[in-house]
Amino acid sequence: MNTPKFSLFGGLLQDKNSKLFLSVLLAVTVFAALSNLLLPQGSFLHVETYTITLLGKYLSFAILALAVDVIWGYCGILSLGHGAFFALGGYGMGMYLMRQIGDRGVYGDPVLPDFMVFLNWTELPWFWLGFDTFWFAMLMALGVPALLAFVFGSLAFRSRVTGVYLSIITQALTYALMLAFFRNEMGFGGNNGLTDFKDILGFDLQADTTRVSLFVVTALLLAITYLLSTFILNSKYGRVIVAIRDAETRVRFVGYKTEGYKVWLFVYSAILAAIAGALYVPQVGIINPGEFSPLNSIEIVVWVAVGGRGLLYGAVVGAILVNFAKSQFTGIFPEAWLFALGSLFVGVTLFLPQGIVGLFQKKETAHEHA
Amino acid sequence: MPANRNNTLNKFWLLAFLLFMLTVSTYVDDVFASDNVGNKLNELEKITSQLPQINLDSLGAVIVRLEAFPATLASKKDAEKASKIVLNIFEELLAGKLYYLKDDNTLVSVETDGHAELSVREILSTKPLANIKKQDIEKVRTNNKLRKVLRETIAGMTLFSSDAALRKKAVNNLMNNLDENNIQMLTKARERETKPGVLQNIDTALFLWQLESAEPETRKQAANALSGTLEPVVRNRLSKFLLQNSEGDFLEPDKGVRLAAEKSLERIEAKRKFYNFIETMFFGLSLGSVLLLIAIGLSITFGVMGVINMAHGELIMLGAYTTYVLQQLMPNNIGASILLAIPVAFLVSGLAGVLIERGVIQFLKGRPLETLLATFGISLVLQQAVRSIFSPLNRQVKSPEWMSGALDINPVLAITYNRLYVVVFSLLVFAVLLLIMKRTVLGLYVRAVSQNRDMAKAMGIRGEWVDAMTFGLGSGIAGVAGVALSQLTNVGPNLGQAYIIDSFMVVVFGGVGNLWGTLVGGFTLGVANKFLEPAVGAVLAKIIVLIFIILFIQKRPSGLFPQKGRAAE
Repeated sequence: MNTPKFSLFGGLLQDKNSKLFLSVLLAVTVFAALSNLLLPQGSFLHVETYTITLLGKYLSFAILALAVDVIWGYCGILSLGHGAFFALGGYGMGMYLMRQIGDRGVYGDPVLPDFMVFLNWTELPWFWLGFDTFWFAMLMALGVPALLAFVFGSLAFRSRVTGVYLSIITQALTYALMLAFFRNEMGFGGNNGLTDFKDILGFDLQADTTRVSLFVVTALLLAITYLLSTFILNSKYGRVIVAIRDAETRVRFVGYKTEGYKVWLFVYSAILAAIAGALYVPQVGIINPGEFSPLNSIEIVVWVAVGGRGLLYGAVVGAILVNFAKSQFTGIFPEAWLFALGSLFVGVTLFLPQGIVGLFQKKETAHEHA
Repeated sequence: MPANRNNTLNKFWLLAFLLFMLTVSTYVDDVFASDNVGNKLNELEKITSQLPQINLDSLGAVIVRLEAFPATLASKKDAEKASKIVLNIFEELLAGKLYYLKDDNTLVSVETDGHAELSVREILSTKPLANIKKQDIEKVRTNNKLRKVLRETIAGMTLFSSDAALRKKAVNNLMNNLDENNIQMLTKARERETKPGVLQNIDTALFLWQLESAEPETRKQAANALSGTLEPVVRNRLSKFLLQNSEGDFLEPDKGVRLAAEKSLERIEAKRKFYNFIETMFFGLSLGSVLLLIAIGLSITFGVMGVINMAHGELIMLGAYTTYVLQQLMPNNIGASILLAIPVAFLVSGLAGVLIERGVIQFLKGRPLETLLATFGISLVLQQAVRSIFSPLNRQVKSPEWMSGALDINPVLAITYNRLYVVVFSLLVFAVLLLIMKRTVLGLYVRAVSQNRDMAKAMGIRGEWVDAMTFGLGSGIAGVAGVALSQLTNVGPNLGQAYIIDSFMVVVFGGVGNLWGTLVGGFTLGVANKFLEPAVGAVLAKIIVLIFIILFIQKRPSGLFPQKGRAAE
């Protein structure tokens, strides 16, 4: 009997492309980290710290793309609000980093972050309490988005809001959150957000070693979430999910409670997005309400669409490629970026419904057939 | 058939010709009129030419001569025109806006309104002058004594003017600084006054003066008489009666007067509350009409065709920019440019819509999520295109004169004309669209195709052509909405983005595919938003409304008025 393709990790690693992806990720991470730390500056193979941080940023975006692909590619739920979960995770991490500043802020207040002193607040609001301990902050950074996704998902899926309607209300959700976080009274730094971070877990955020460690941690988490997602999607649960994507009513008639499956996948996806946000903030050094903007959420969808939805490594490739292009474009040709991004939307949906990865796969299968 | 067509064509040309003649004739009329007064103006010019560099002593004499000037003119019409000009000079002088050009002593009125750019007008011809810098002009100076003279002269001139609105304004001005002289003038004016509205204001002023009387009985009667009068002066004066000094004694010794004042104030407050309610309602309707305008095009493309057009906001933006461009092309005819912008914006956005439909959307039929992404891409391209062509900064579109100002219903309630026009305009657009959908062949085709594409095709309807036209219609309406929005907000590349979510919310809330639902949805959300605003602030109000809609869709996924019948599946 043939080993079924959907089994545990053993089966997973039989998937050629996944193996290739994971080995490339490992190789790049090890090479970049070692060359930055060991090789002297100016050496041909030396990787600048700037590049390391950039790579770290791309990889956290890749986790975010993974989150969207899990829900869109495998379950057909197009969320235009995943930026909200990302940003909430980022704010959780930002609040922890804010509390780590201590009395090194501009106003030198030992407890209150600068913006609260600026607003003449005298004590820490209740929802900031506990964020000086790392594990609690991380629990919140992942728990709050998960809870939001659970509440939102169970409301929406139970009343069978699907398709475009769901997309639009997820967009409304992130828009509402953006408006809320822009308010100074909310206690999250308003317009300016949270920034001027000093250190994380006692390590200086500006130091090369910290930056490389953050990058390595991001790569590691990408690999873990990748494996975990593959595991989940290849399990029986995952097969129901794919079936829901293809014919929800039929799955329901067979006797599955599709709402439950969708809600938990949505929560899982939100947690992935929150992890990405929490990794993104210390590397970039700022989180502000702009991250909630509907445009950001739609951009994530484009990464996935460009890479190839319904394939986890497709999402990762898409996120890295598009963001690389964005860095290049905004550096050389700031005006052209929106033109390029816009055309990418149109082009990919019209000509590459399976994304870039799909293009190669098609060739491969054609080859096999021949 | 051809005869019929000829007939319509003829009618069209006739209409166009009439319109043209109308424009020309009003223009010609204006030219002649100004020429006529021009001759008489020579005299006036002579007097005003003394104003630049005048010393304060002789300014008083010039004011007297100016005041007397209109009476010297034989024709009544000329006198009226001249007195208008004189009044304008006095008012500008009083407001400190009267300047003269250092080069040639031309008298001008200058509006600074905080910007670096001055808006300068010649005072006699009211012609606008361009490119005048701050260092080119010099103020005509006055002092407090002269200002008092001016105020009284203006009051005297306007109190007996033939224009009721002017008389009313004069009375209201006097009400704010009453003294013996003014009261005498007002009493005299009261004898001649015939208009009830003005008469009422004069009475208010007289009663207000009686409040100062030494007789408690007179004060009491006056306080009673002022019950429910909405002028802010009255409210301030009456509430002074109820104040206590530091020893706890009332400023008004007589208890009866105090009681009367309290009672009158109560009525005033009740009335103010009522009118404030009306005002909030109007603001709500105004916001609702904006929501209706931006959503109604979407209600066609999304509701009827089922196409998610994320570029809808950008089509609105295109309409707004069309207005801006037309205004740049005809800067002297702001009013005409706005009216012209309505059809032009419809065409521009409609054409853009047809292009989008033919170029992209038709290939994505039946794949709503892909359509959403592709049209979002188009919206980004359009935004960046506008940013590259017009700069990322906001552009200001001017409002024509007939749209600025406000309709003063009473001292508490004033309705600005631009909002009023937008409310009317949005209802008009709605009515026209409803007519198109229900009464024209295009509407019939659209409904047929949206209900059953195959059957419609079998009946000989060209589905593709209908799709393009429908999308063009919805997009054109978006352009028209842009014209209206340009009158309310600044025109910038982000204009569309700011409204896209709102417009989707309205359509979804109202019920997809139902124009009436969009109408009700738009106005409901607008009014709800404005009533929440005073309690929780603008941003929070918006958030609450958004959350409400999100929850509402959970309860009723197909909106307020769900579509019935087979088309719904």
